[in-house]
Amino acid sequence: MQKGQQSWIFESRPVIAGSAAVGGPFEAKGNLANDFDILHDDIWLGQDSFEKAEKRLLEQAIETAVAKAGLKKEDIQFLLSGDLINQIISSSFAARTIGAPYLGLFGACSSAMEGLALASLIVDAGFGDKVVASTSSHNGAAEKQFRYPTEYGGQKPPTAQWIVTGAGAAVLMKEGNGPRVTSATIGRVVDMGLSDPFNMGAAMAPAAVDTIETHFKEMNIEPQYYDLIVTGDLGKVGHRIATELLTQHGLKIPDKIMTDCGILIYKDDQPVMAGGSGCGCVATVTYGHLLNRMRKGELKRILVVATGALMSPLSYQQKESIPCIAHAVSIEI
Amino acid sequence: MAGKKNFTPEQQKYQEFAKKIEPKRPVLKNCIKAFLVGGCICAIGQILQAIFIKYFNFTEETAGNPTSAVLIIISILLTGLGVYDHIGQWAGAGTAVPVTGFANTMASAAIEHRSEGYVLGVGGNMFKISGPVIVYGVFSAFVVAIVKLTIQALGGI
Amino acid sequence: MIMKIVWAFIIGGSICVVGQILMDVFRFTPAHMTCTLVTVGAILGGLGLYELLVKFAGAGATVPISSFGNSLLKGALAEAKQNGIIGVLTGIFEVTSAGISAAIIFAFLASLIFRPKG
Repeated sequence: MQKGQQSWIFESRPVIAGSAAVGGPFEAKGNLANDFDILHDDIWLGQDSFEKAEKRLLEQAIETAVAKAGLKKEDIQFLLSGDLINQIISSSFAARTIGAPYLGLFGACSSAMEGLALASLIVDAGFGDKVVASTSSHNGAAEKQFRYPTEYGGQKPPTAQWIVTGAGAAVLMKEGNGPRVTSATIGRVVDMGLSDPFNMGAAMAPAAVDTIETHFKEMNIEPQYYDLIVTGDLGKVGHRIATELLTQHGLKIPDKIMTDCGILIYKDDQPVMAGGSGCGCVATVTYGHLLNRMRKGELKRILVVATGALMSPLSYQQKESIPCIAHAVSIEI
Repeated sequence: MAGKKNFTPEQQKYQEFAKKIEPKRPVLKNCIKAFLVGGCICAIGQILQAIFIKYFNFTEETAGNPTSAVLIIISILLTGLGVYDHIGQWAGAGTAVPVTGFANTMASAAIEHRSEGYVLGVGGNMFKISGPVIVYGVFSAFVVAIVKLTIQALGGI
Repeated sequence: MIMKIVWAFIIGGSICVVGQILMDVFRFTPAHMTCTLVTVGAILGGLGLYELLVKFAGAGATVPISSFGNSLLKGALAEAKQNGIIGVLTGIFEVTSAGISAAIIFAFLASLIFRPKG
């Protein structure tokens, strides 16, 4: 049911019956390697293009999540998926393989939570019972499209982030055991006029803050309700900005419960500048690490706020700034 | 036209705030690294030139060509081996400014777009990053040449 | 001889520092920075100053991308001297042909042999 202007409460609490995270070689050397279902040591996954490799990552994530939910891919009623590649071909081509009725999404790096919110809406409203939400990103494919070829020798500044090569998927069902999606707050596009494609964290932080504040206001709860509030990929720079902005706006969230997937996923000695980013960042961290922690009983209630930068390679050449968005989904067990 | 948009006071305030928090680029360190690497590449170029003059019968005038060619080939090799981007991250302008940077832009784009085929992929994208340098080099040379020739014709320099 | 190498090092390094400052302080992209240097090279060439730099610093002036602008200009002017104004068009690539051709040929060969490592 609707709560406030832009939040939903899922009264039937759809269950995440199965979830999976698939990653690449860089993620295998990262902090959360143990929480990945499949890790590849070849960034090509044996395919002949980065784009085809990303499609393969996404297929594997969906297939693994579906199997873990005790289902077959023929059982899936709806597949909601998005990614960063032009025309979201990774998702569309994966949907071709999976064969389920498909809704393609674009929220840039916020696609994971956009998908999870909508999939939960479908199940909660009784319009479907086995719905998959998935997303992916691939470092080579995304850098090639948005910035420079991977072997280009340009110097990245300290604010740059590393796009995760990974895919995550979650299967939502009406009944079952596992973490449950309890609410969602849909974000608005927020644009503070920043235009540096090498500093996404600063561009996205205001959108994250806007959605987080709206969530707590509309749900009428305190931040301490959650054991963990995690943003998608603000990275070190964006995370710092977001926490300061929240404090300035009077919403004090204790440091130990606020963190960011882009900071969690990689080790300090990996050359990732400000941290991880990409659709795969929040998806693999949430559907792997965070849900595992919940299943082990370490976390009872989390709020995942996926952030996305809605620009195109052309828009910043046309001197446009970077509009951003953030979607929040709460998961409880 | 370029860049100066009308920002609201709220946007301006945020931009200043974000700029303050942004980790500062280590300008001095980067300049030193660029100086060292760029200097070494040019020193190597000087040695190559001397070798071409002494052993291969080139003159001061013409030795520049094979020197550039050798530096270009080395850059392309390092790009293909996946090493150049790491050097470039460290050296910044030290590798971007010498002709090595130009070669790297061509090779990295060509290698990257092989997945789109040799004609449209490699052929169509090779100048993706190096295009501006060639266009602006040619155009500025053209303008300067015309201006100079005009001044000379008008009885000048 | 050694002095020539030292000057090449110093001048070449300094031009790179100019490029680094353009990128870090003035926030130029690498493409904007190299275009600026190439244009400056052409202008200095027109003023006769770049040739002085080449005589003094050798490879320190010919290896940086600014020399590309100067070489394009040299080619244009040399041909114009011989064949009149049309020489500006016919001569531009004459001096730089080696560099551009080598880059195209070897970049293409590289695409045949190598794959991006990511």
